[in-house]
Amino acid sequence: MSQAIVAEKHPLDDLIRADRMPHIWCPGCGIGIIMRCYAQAILDSDMPIDKHIVVSGIGCSGRVAGYMKLDSYHTTHGRAIPFATGLKLANPSLTVSVFSGDGDLAAIGGNHLIHAARRNIDLTVVCINNFNFGMTGGQVGPTTPQGAFGTTAPYGCQELPFNLPGLLKACGANFVSRWTAVHVRQVRDDIQYAFSKPGFAFIEVLAPCPIGFGKSNGIDDGLEEMEMYRDRSVHIQEAKASEEEMVIDLRADHPIYVGRFVDRDRPPFKPAEALKS
Amino acid sequence: MTRPAVLTGKHFMHGDHACAEGALAAGCRFFAGYPITPSTEIAEHLAARLPEVDGVFIQMEDELASMATILGASAAGARSMTATSGPGLSLMMENLGLGVMLELPTLVVDVMRGSPSTGLPTLPGQSDVMQARWGSHGDFAVIAYSPWSPQEMFDLTILSFNMADLYCVPAILLADEVVGHMVEKVTIPPEDKIDHIERKKPSKPADGSTYKSYLVEDPDLVPALPFAGEGYHIHLTGLTHDERGYPDMSAETHDHLVRRLFEKIQKNANDIIRVEGYELEGARIMVVSYGCTARSAHSAVLQARAKGIPAGLLRLVSIWPFPECIIRDLSKSIDHFIVAEMNLGQVRLEVERVVHRDVIGVHHAGGAMIPPEPILAAIEAVAK
Repeated sequence: MSQAIVAEKHPLDDLIRADRMPHIWCPGCGIGIIMRCYAQAILDSDMPIDKHIVVSGIGCSGRVAGYMKLDSYHTTHGRAIPFATGLKLANPSLTVSVFSGDGDLAAIGGNHLIHAARRNIDLTVVCINNFNFGMTGGQVGPTTPQGAFGTTAPYGCQELPFNLPGLLKACGANFVSRWTAVHVRQVRDDIQYAFSKPGFAFIEVLAPCPIGFGKSNGIDDGLEEMEMYRDRSVHIQEAKASEEEMVIDLRADHPIYVGRFVDRDRPPFKPAEALKS
Repeated sequence: MTRPAVLTGKHFMHGDHACAEGALAAGCRFFAGYPITPSTEIAEHLAARLPEVDGVFIQMEDELASMATILGASAAGARSMTATSGPGLSLMMENLGLGVMLELPTLVVDVMRGSPSTGLPTLPGQSDVMQARWGSHGDFAVIAYSPWSPQEMFDLTILSFNMADLYCVPAILLADEVVGHMVEKVTIPPEDKIDHIERKKPSKPADGSTYKSYLVEDPDLVPALPFAGEGYHIHLTGLTHDERGYPDMSAETHDHLVRRLFEKIQKNANDIIRVEGYELEGARIMVVSYGCTARSAHSAVLQARAKGIPAGLLRLVSIWPFPECIIRDLSKSIDHFIVAEMNLGQVRLEVERVVHRDVIGVHHAGGAMIPPEPILAAIEAVAK
C-alpha cells in the first residue's frame, strides 16, 4: 500500500491570502492559473517579496489583488494603471504589477493603457483576456470576437475587437507578449522577465470564462476551451501573421498567434530633472 | 540655477503660483494633473519647480488618471496633489471617493470658474461648493478650505496637506479664478516656521501576521496605514471592507465603515474648521461669505459700519466640514443673516439649515466678482 503524502505547507502559502479562500472564480475559469504563474514569478524573481506591489481594477481578474499576500490595491474600474503609475513614480524601488481584465484595461481603462505604454512607465501589466465582461454576467466588450454572442449582443457582436499586442506595440511598450492559460511556463517566464525589464511590459493571457463567455458561445466547458487553445495556438516565431490575422476569431478554425511580439529598449519614463548650473 | 523648496521672504506673487509654492513648502513632491483654465499656472509652476527639489511632475491624459495617480503616490507615502477646475473636478469624483474609502490623504486644488458644463473657462465662479461635499457617490465627508488672497493660496495649501494627513482623507482647496489669478503680496516664512503634520503610521514593525490596516482604536477614528513596500502586506480596496481591509459585503460592516468615515471628520470638526470674524462687536446683521466674494463683503460691512449700521462679516476659511456650531452660536444675537457667494445659494442653504430661518442671499451665477454694492444694499434693506 502506498503511503499518503501530506504536505505541511503549499509552496505558495507565503504569497496567497489563504484566509480569503475560497475565491470567487467559477469552475473552469482561467484566472487562478495565471495568478499562480504570477506568484511563481515573484518567488523566482530577484526582488524581495515586500517590494512587489499588485494593483487591480474591477472585475473578476481585479480580484487577484485581494488574494495575493503583497501590498495590494484594488482600485476603481479602469484606473489600475494610473494608480500604479503613482506608486511606481513615488517609490521607484517598488516592483509594481497591474493585474486586470480586458474590460478593465482595454474598455473603460483604454485611454490609460495607451498613454502608459506611450510614456513607457516601468510597470508589468498582466491582462487576462476572456473576451467578455465576466463578473457582470457575460456582456460583450472591446475584445469580443466578431460574431460571438453576449448578453448585450444577443444577435452577435458586430464590432471589430482590439488586437491588443498590435495596439500596445504601436503605442510604444517595451515588451509585449500574448499567451493562453495553457502556456503556464511561458506566462511565468514572461512575467518574471517583465519585472526586471525597464519600461512598460504588457502580457496578454487568453483565458476561459465558461460561465460568462462560454455559455453563449458553445464552449461552456473550461477544459474544452483550454484544448482549443492548445490545438490552435501558433507561435509567432514559427509563422508570420499580419495585423489582421492577429485579431482573434474563435469561431473559424483560425490560428491564435502567441509569443513575444515586442522586446525593445526605449527609455522608460523618468521624471524631469532640473538643469543644474 | 535651482532654487530651494521654501522661498522664504516677501514676494509679489500670483495666486496659483502661491498655491504651488505652498505645496512645495508643505513637502509635496508629487504632482499629477491635466491642464485646465484657470488652474493651469499651478501645473506650469510645479513643472518647473518640482524637478528643482527632486520631486515628480507628470502631466496625465485626463483628470481621471490624475486623481488615481496622486492616490497611488499617496499609497507609496508621498505628499501628492493635483489642480483642476469644475469640468476636471467632475471627472475626479469617482476617484475622490476611492481616496475617501481607502483613507489616502491627498490634495485637490479646484480653481473655480463659471459653471455648469464648460461654462466660463476664464472667468470666476464659486459653484463647486456642493460638488466638493457631495459630488462623489455615497455618504462621506471631506475637508475643504477657501482662500481669499494669494497669501491664503499659500497658507491654506499647507493647512490642507496637514489636515489631509492628520485625518487620512483627500482635502480640497476651493479657490476661485479671482484669487487664483490675483497678484498680491505673499510672505513665505522660514522653513522651520512651517507647520508639518506627519501621517499616522503603525506603532509596530511588520511581523508576518495579518496587519489590521483599518483597526481603529484611537479616539480620532483615524487608521494607521503603512506605506507600500514596508512589509505589512496590506490590502486596500474600494469595496466595503473589514479591519483587515478585506472585502466584506455585510450590511453591518458597511454601516460601521461608512459611519466611521463620516464621523472621523465630524468628530474632529473643531480642529479642522477655520473662520474669521470682522466687526462682530454688537453686530445684528451678519454677512457670511468666502473666497474672493468675502473681499467685497468685507468692504460692504465696513461701509455699513461707517453709516452706523451694526453689520459684521463671518468669513468661512473652511467650508467643509460646515461651521455649524459657530453659526448657531452667532445666531442667538443676530437678527439677519446675509450670504454673499458667486452661485445661486449653495452656502445660503447650509446657513438656513443651521439657523432655521430665512437667510438673505446675494447671489450671482458667476463670470464677474460680486461688487460691494449689492451686498451693502442687502445690509441696508434689512437695517431699515
